[in-house]
Amino acid sequence: MAEVTLIKAINDALATEMTRDPSVCVLGEDVGLDGGVFRATEGLLKRFGPGRVVDTPLNEVGIVGMSIGMAMNGLRPVAEIEFSDFIYPAFDQIVSEMSKMRYRSAGQFTAAVVLRAPSGGGVRGGHYHSQSPEAYYIHTAGLVVVMPSTPADAKGLLSSAIRGEDPVIFLEPKALYRTVKGEVPQGEYLVPLGVGRIVRPGDDLTLIAWGAMVPVAEKAAAAAASEGVGVEIIDPRTLWPLDIEMIESSVRRTGRAVVLHEAPRTCGFGAEISALIQERCFLHLKAPVGRVTGFDTPFPYALEKSYLPDPERTLRAIRASMAF
Amino acid sequence: MSDPEILSVLRPDGTADPAHDPGLSDPEMLSLYRHMVLLRAFDEKAVALQRSGRIGFFVPSTGQEACSIGAGHAVCEGDWIFPAYRDHGVGLMRGYPLAAMVGQILGNTSDATRGRQMPNHWCDRAIHLVSVSSPVATQLPHAVGAAYAAKLRGERIAVLTTFGDGGTSTGDFHAAMNFTGVFRLPVVFFCENNRYAISVPVEHQTATGTLAEKARAYGLPGVRVDGNDVLAIRKAVGDAMDRARAGEGGTLIEALTYRMGPHSTSDDPTVYRSDEEVSAWREKDPIRRFAAFLKGRAVLADPAAEEASARETVRKAVETAESAPAVPLSSMFEDVYSEIPWHLAEQRDSLLSGKG
Repeated sequence: MAEVTLIKAINDALATEMTRDPSVCVLGEDVGLDGGVFRATEGLLKRFGPGRVVDTPLNEVGIVGMSIGMAMNGLRPVAEIEFSDFIYPAFDQIVSEMSKMRYRSAGQFTAAVVLRAPSGGGVRGGHYHSQSPEAYYIHTAGLVVVMPSTPADAKGLLSSAIRGEDPVIFLEPKALYRTVKGEVPQGEYLVPLGVGRIVRPGDDLTLIAWGAMVPVAEKAAAAAASEGVGVEIIDPRTLWPLDIEMIESSVRRTGRAVVLHEAPRTCGFGAEISALIQERCFLHLKAPVGRVTGFDTPFPYALEKSYLPDPERTLRAIRASMAF
Repeated sequence: MSDPEILSVLRPDGTADPAHDPGLSDPEMLSLYRHMVLLRAFDEKAVALQRSGRIGFFVPSTGQEACSIGAGHAVCEGDWIFPAYRDHGVGLMRGYPLAAMVGQILGNTSDATRGRQMPNHWCDRAIHLVSVSSPVATQLPHAVGAAYAAKLRGERIAVLTTFGDGGTSTGDFHAAMNFTGVFRLPVVFFCENNRYAISVPVEHQTATGTLAEKARAYGLPGVRVDGNDVLAIRKAVGDAMDRARAGEGGTLIEALTYRMGPHSTSDDPTVYRSDEEVSAWREKDPIRRFAAFLKGRAVLADPAAEEASARETVRKAVETAESAPAVPLSSMFEDVYSEIPWHLAEQRDSLLSGKG
């Protein structure tokens, strides 16, 4: 196995699936000659040609809407939106059209589109290049929401998303694109959707984190270990439908849970996970479920380091739970 | 033709202009007429069902039958249709069964889409009649994608998408027209300019003199046609679909017509339209106009008998569909995803057990 970056693993997944299935197409602004703003689609145009690697006009409604029609007529479109912050003009196409096509037609038509978008902060991208929108899509019936945190998961989850029968919002933690490396199996490789990953085992507290917050969680867990606290880290990988069994089983054992995400707190996905744990593990809990999150402000450029959860804030939440 | 820019075939004297006559056979023209009559009978019955509380809502197409039926006749097997909610006639003309339309507006088990959407939101995969959206013009970019897929596979088909004058104001219209021009896709944009988007007149949708001229900005041809002339519609849409199938790209067609009834059963058009205006358009009724032509050619004997027959067909379809049972409660949780995930299974079980 080769050790590659997360962005390279995404490129590998796209190339592998396009080789396997001629109905897989990539489309979006810049994805052809330029290989996308982060180079996720680099080299695909040369290999698969302009029919399957489509540089579109700059219009998110067009990109998403066209993808829906392509999927309805037998293709497997993988659309790239330059940044997840730029999806909002196409929000209606996603939440009212793509996500509902199967339901409203009673299965006669489906829109199994994979919508890829770099997400999250930490790269000095400011307000329009740093937001974490996962809660909007989790709240929308019919969408699968995925966020990998390792190169292997990026390849395996994206491949599963492309082969799946449901529309997928595939959010890529851009802060990790080139800062994490890992071994990635060559050739076809699948990680099933809906199954979480135990990043680190532990007996005292369950820490749930995804995307760019997984390395933060690992640092906080290492620090907690030096204080004698065993933190179990769970990366759901597929945010929705969530691997509730993995979380439930862990929290029943540890009796403590903290959710860590960089999106704003109010109505963030941490609120839903917290409620699920409360409903299912109430009698096992030794402390309230903690949350470490971004703040309920627009994403700040100059203060991004203070906005984003870090190992210190996470450690404070772990300590508070242990001391409750 | 009083206005040389507007394609028209049926002349005031009851004959057809040979220069633009689409050349349909007598049985084909009789079929067009009968579908127009059936469409109106269905619309009238559906409005009556809404008024008596048997369905919740309806969007009638009275006055626009020439558009729907004429355009529907230009669609060939293998083509795709992305219609607006007022264009159920396109599907009817393509063979979408009346029983399915009735079932859909009732939303019981006679509805193939299991009561998932309000009336007028039908679809049928077998004839590529795609599920209807309520927001205006959202289907236009989907038509582009379907056309792209067909072109990539080398299929010689065309995609028809229909919308009203209000649809031309949307971002989706711009996106779809622009993509179609850039990728030279086989999409026919059929705009039924019926003068109003609910209460807002077309003059408040655009500052351009015509809607057809917008095509030029996207590198497509724009065509204007008499929207109450079924043969002119058949000619304009047929030519555009032929062009699309031949790989020559998309077309924007503006059909000038008038919605004689309300926007929907929730609308009161007397607030924004004068009786004189409606009466003037009633004189241009597309069904009466076509009947006069067909009678002149001895293709049609008794319009009143045709109308009575259509009403009886609709009455029987409603009677049959109304006896179907309600959709089962558990169906609410199906088709959200390809497989039912744990959270929906839990919510379903909770509801069915009376604990939800």
